[in-house]
Amino acid sequence: MPPSDTPTNARPQGGGAGAGGGPLIVFDQVVKRFGDLTVLDHLDFSVDPGERVTLIGPSGSGKTTILRLLMTLEKVTEGVIRVGGEPFSHMPRGGSGGLVPAGESYLRERRKRIGMVFQQFNLFPNMTVRQNVIEAPVHVLGIPKEEANAKAEQLLDLVGLADKVDAHPTQLSGGQQQRVAIARALAMSPEILLLDEVTSALDPELVAGVLDVLREVAESTDITMLCVTHEMGFARDVSHRVLMFDQGQIAEEGTPDQIFGDPQEERTRSFLRSVLDNGV
Amino acid sequence: MDFLIEQLPRYLDGALITVQLTAGGSALAFVLAMVFGILGSMKHWLPRAVATVYVEVFRGIAALVLMFWMAYALPLVSGYKLDDTFAAIVALGINLGAYGAEVVRAAVNAVPKAQVEACVALNMSWFQRTRLVVLPQAWAQMLPTFGNLVIELMKATAVAYLIGVADLTAVAQQIRSATGETVLAFTGALILYYLIAQVLIFGMRLLERRANRKLGRIPPGGTGLLALLRPPSVGTKVGVAK
Amino acid sequence: MIWDFEFTLEVMPDFLRGLWVTVQATVFGYLIALALGLVIAMVRRIPVLGTIVHVVMEFIRTTPLLVQLVFVFALVPAGFSPLMVGIIVLGVHYAAYTAEVYRSGIEGVAVGQWEAARALSLPARRTWGAIVLPQAIRKVIPALGNYLIAMFKDTPLLFAITVVELLATAQQVGQASFKIVEAFTLVGFLFLLVSIPSAIIIRRLERRYAAV
Repeated sequence: MPPSDTPTNARPQGGGAGAGGGPLIVFDQVVKRFGDLTVLDHLDFSVDPGERVTLIGPSGSGKTTILRLLMTLEKVTEGVIRVGGEPFSHMPRGGSGGLVPAGESYLRERRKRIGMVFQQFNLFPNMTVRQNVIEAPVHVLGIPKEEANAKAEQLLDLVGLADKVDAHPTQLSGGQQQRVAIARALAMSPEILLLDEVTSALDPELVAGVLDVLREVAESTDITMLCVTHEMGFARDVSHRVLMFDQGQIAEEGTPDQIFGDPQEERTRSFLRSVLDNGV
Repeated sequence: MDFLIEQLPRYLDGALITVQLTAGGSALAFVLAMVFGILGSMKHWLPRAVATVYVEVFRGIAALVLMFWMAYALPLVSGYKLDDTFAAIVALGINLGAYGAEVVRAAVNAVPKAQVEACVALNMSWFQRTRLVVLPQAWAQMLPTFGNLVIELMKATAVAYLIGVADLTAVAQQIRSATGETVLAFTGALILYYLIAQVLIFGMRLLERRANRKLGRIPPGGTGLLALLRPPSVGTKVGVAK
Repeated sequence: MIWDFEFTLEVMPDFLRGLWVTVQATVFGYLIALALGLVIAMVRRIPVLGTIVHVVMEFIRTTPLLVQLVFVFALVPAGFSPLMVGIIVLGVHYAAYTAEVYRSGIEGVAVGQWEAARALSLPARRTWGAIVLPQAIRKVIPALGNYLIAMFKDTPLLFAITVVELLATAQQVGQASFKIVEAFTLVGFLFLLVSIPSAIIIRRLERRYAAV
């Protein structure tokens, strides 16, 4: 399904981050295989600057793989991913105009635009909360320490953990750890934020706190979000568009109202039914 | 007892040499273990092959054989005669460094992959993530085994006497031939070796405790200094010949 | 300098004889370590005696094997075979290590297994012999194997108590022929020739028993 056919009325217009106002992220015939298993099958889709997209679907349908490909944690098997009009999974080969798999220094230059929050938080246990947040800004972006500290405090305040700056990750609850992880990702000022089932590892009573923080981030910034989640209420509130995945392809896509209110595909209906039945 | 007190100054001279051999050997072993351990944990085959060759060759040759080669064969090959103490330190360091490299490699590989992924998501380079995230976390896991290796190295320093270094063992031999008191001469040396080992064990536990605290782990068995004296035993020669 | 191959061939028989002594010391010492270590591991569970044994073993583990060898050799009456002394000291020294290995294996056996044996009123001998040890030992086979290699590499120390093993042979041959470089290098190669294949075998064992 080519992206131009999709309903776009809910998307924000303009947003100068993409080259020439075009889409920020483009998946062009992307295939990802693990051995014999095809996880993504000639996938095409695009995301506009400032757009917030939620990916839903049964486990194993390839949602998380999309985020991991964007974060360069996996390599594409076939096809090309473009970010801001530039090839991202590949880099131009000198002169010939062809594309070759991207090298590390090429990736580092482009990966700056993307941040990610993981299901298991992945905070660094050898650092305090503050160090977790300022480590990459100081060492990767070269921001002076005082400046990074000031920003860290501001972000930790945003996620409601201003009083925990000097705590160790092990002293925090799962929900608090995840909120630190969000602050850590935002400290790099990414244009694109990838959220990989960020509440799945949390006890039920801690989920709301994390989702509130993300709502706040969504409302107060124009950051582009790609979100894999089973929290349908959150998806409905925050996203401009919902993509339903099944077997490595997009089964259905539309606005949250369309997908949740009036799903067209049987696969979508049965998936939504199973999610709601489980009370997730 | 009088005998031992009388001979104490000589014992202490020997013990000082033993401590020097241990410190020098450990320092060299540590550097080699870090370098080859990190090489061994890399993805590319070439650094891994280099690390494997170092580890397998120098773990396979006894420290004493290496020491004899350094002391007797190397001068003939190179024309340079190494100081005996220096030759002993180099041989011990190379030998124990090979064991240590395996410890470092295993500890680095045991850092969860998710931690490396978090580093990629923060756009850290290989060097940055190794220095800032991977090694600090692997450190706590290396320490207990490093502790055992330091004890092994300290014990192995005794062989330096066979190439003429005047260490604690050499002193025991001298005292024995001078006085004929075999039992006392060796008992004195063994007690000093035991005491050196206890100091080393205590020091390593302090380091371990600090490392665990840095990772936000509460040390088992209380937090007082006394808790460090409690014997979770020296344990087994972990990593030997694995 | 140029490697003297003729010399290498010439001294090979001597070296192999030295290697044979080395192998004997390793094998017999190892058998002592295996048996004695198991006894020590079991004795350590007895209240007072266990603590005493533990302290003695800790002392043996934290002091140099070389000094222990020279010490015991000086104590035994003249005429006692140096190789025999070497084998016994090696065996006892390594028993202090294998005991720890057995202990970890025994502690790794689930409490439920002991309780089940008690529930069946099995006598102590059956509890140990049929229930605990078979499970404990299976798990520690690779760790025990590592000590075989470690011990092999400690045999040059027997040189210090006049046992003519590989290293002593090299020294004698080297001094007699002034081919010191060849002699000592050859020892190194022979050690690798034995220890690298054994390391590979141990790794196989590990893989085979790791799944249990």
